[in-house]
Amino acid sequence: MTSGGDRWAKVQLARMPGRPTALDYLKLAFEDFVELHGDRLFRDDPALVGGLARLAGRPVVVLGEQKGRDTKENILRSFGMPNPEGYRKAVRLMRLAEKFGLPVVSLVDTIGAYPGVSAEEHGQAWAIAESIRTMLSLQVPVLAVILGEGGSGGALAIAAADRVLILQNAWYSVISPESCAAILWRDAAEAPKAAEALQLSAADLLAQGLVEEVIPEPSGGAHTDPQMTAATLKLALQRHLDELCLLGGEQLVAGREARFRRLGVFGETPLP
Amino acid sequence: MALDKFFRRKRPKAAVSEDVPELWSKCSSCGAQIYKRDLEANLKVCPVCSHHHRISVEERLRTLLDPDSFEPRSGSVHPRDPLHFVDTLPYTERLKRAQQRSGRPDAILAGLGRIQGSRLVLALMDFEFSGGSMGSAVGEELVRAADLAVELHLPLVVVCASGGARMQEGAYSLMQMAKTIAALGRLAAARLPYLSVLTDPTTGGVTASFATLADVILAEPGALIGFAGPRVIQQTMRQTLPEGFQRSEFLLQHGLLDLVVDRRQLPSRLHALLSLLKGAA
Ligand SMILES: [Zn+2]
Repeated sequence: MTSGGDRWAKVQLARMPGRPTALDYLKLAFEDFVELHGDRLFRDDPALVGGLARLAGRPVVVLGEQKGRDTKENILRSFGMPNPEGYRKAVRLMRLAEKFGLPVVSLVDTIGAYPGVSAEEHGQAWAIAESIRTMLSLQVPVLAVILGEGGSGGALAIAAADRVLILQNAWYSVISPESCAAILWRDAAEAPKAAEALQLSAADLLAQGLVEEVIPEPSGGAHTDPQMTAATLKLALQRHLDELCLLGGEQLVAGREARFRRLGVFGETPLP
Repeated sequence: MALDKFFRRKRPKAAVSEDVPELWSKCSSCGAQIYKRDLEANLKVCPVCSHHHRISVEERLRTLLDPDSFEPRSGSVHPRDPLHFVDTLPYTERLKRAQQRSGRPDAILAGLGRIQGSRLVLALMDFEFSGGSMGSAVGEELVRAADLAVELHLPLVVVCASGGARMQEGAYSLMQMAKTIAALGRLAAARLPYLSVLTDPTTGGVTASFATLADVILAEPGALIGFAGPRVIQQTMRQTLPEGFQRSEFLLQHGLLDLVVDRRQLPSRLHALLSLLKGAA
């Protein structure tokens, strides 16, 4: 699985209309989904959905960043860019999972957290940081999958997991290629160059040791066969959950902390 | 602009002389001409309008810590270029230039020190080094600073100044957000105080990680603090920004900060907080 030169094409696939979204997978790979709403503070954020469901019979709490499947729904769901209310709902549902000993399955799919006036007034950065902190502290298994787009802190907010999986044509990075190009090349149209430079493809992330597994997609992309993609994803989720569910709460927290502790590439010279 | 010109005209004649222009400095907020030595003595706070000008990491150390109390502990961790990142310049070249200018391997200085007698671990982010951006080396140094605080049973104070996570290290930079937050968990488990001081500017992945998870969040007056930059919000969302948007005072009003503290009062406020929190332990 190499991705030299075709990273921008993969970004396009990750954004393809008709690519299955979080709610599509909830229908195709999970059972008995009951959506739970609201952050109990301000609002329900339709860009971040969540609730209770079963995965192959096992009850779980699911979180999902949710894009619209048409323009109208996209406006309602702010193009899958969560506001602080979304992350606060996620934190609330994580606590619910911990209380009842349920694993958390997190479906990541956002170009980034919503950049708006209200989002800033309500503490977007605070909400993301708190979501990461909460997720790292949970004494239940936490499994994340990058479904399509994994943009910046808005994605990591619900991906501070024991294991992170990624679909074959999804991307995950510190910034979207467009924003990166706008800053470093001073031209958003240079996004294809930025996508190459950022090494943001699933294969890149596996090579970098930042994800545990790449979930294969049908040859034309997930949108060509959502059923098959969902079935493949379901098997992978089951397999990882079976393994994680053998571990105790303390073990899970320590392992999750150690997972992130070792991420990074740096050199070391002794101090004089 | 008009104010700017007004003050320029009022500038004392002597200062205009060619040989001593460096004696005077102009306030970037109100335009007042200030005798440079006075501005330095005032910790770069404008004596006319109280605007807090950005200060270097070295100046920060001098203005915050007891004299000669700083023992550096950072500097052994060096950035790498895992993605061989090239934009308009190779990342390695950007790093080399920033390292030569600052004399530091990356955008952070950390060590032990005292504030009005109280010992602490202090980490300072260097905005002049690549916009204070956080890549693997900065993340690692922050983690080590937190671990040092746990080891020595000392509080941690971080002075933040950063444009966010560093793009040139891709997803590795993103991971530093979770990595630093995990380190704070160990500090919290040891019931050691962690205070953050947000200075101009603190944005992006730094705001969305360790900076805003402190037990007490302080900010300097007028500092730009937020997740998305104001330009991004204005341009991509075509929203007009309210007065004072993303500035310290605005965030205090919105319940996101504990205190806005004048730079000249920062050591005494930090000392007071640290001694009160120690009393509870
Ligand atoms: Zn002034």
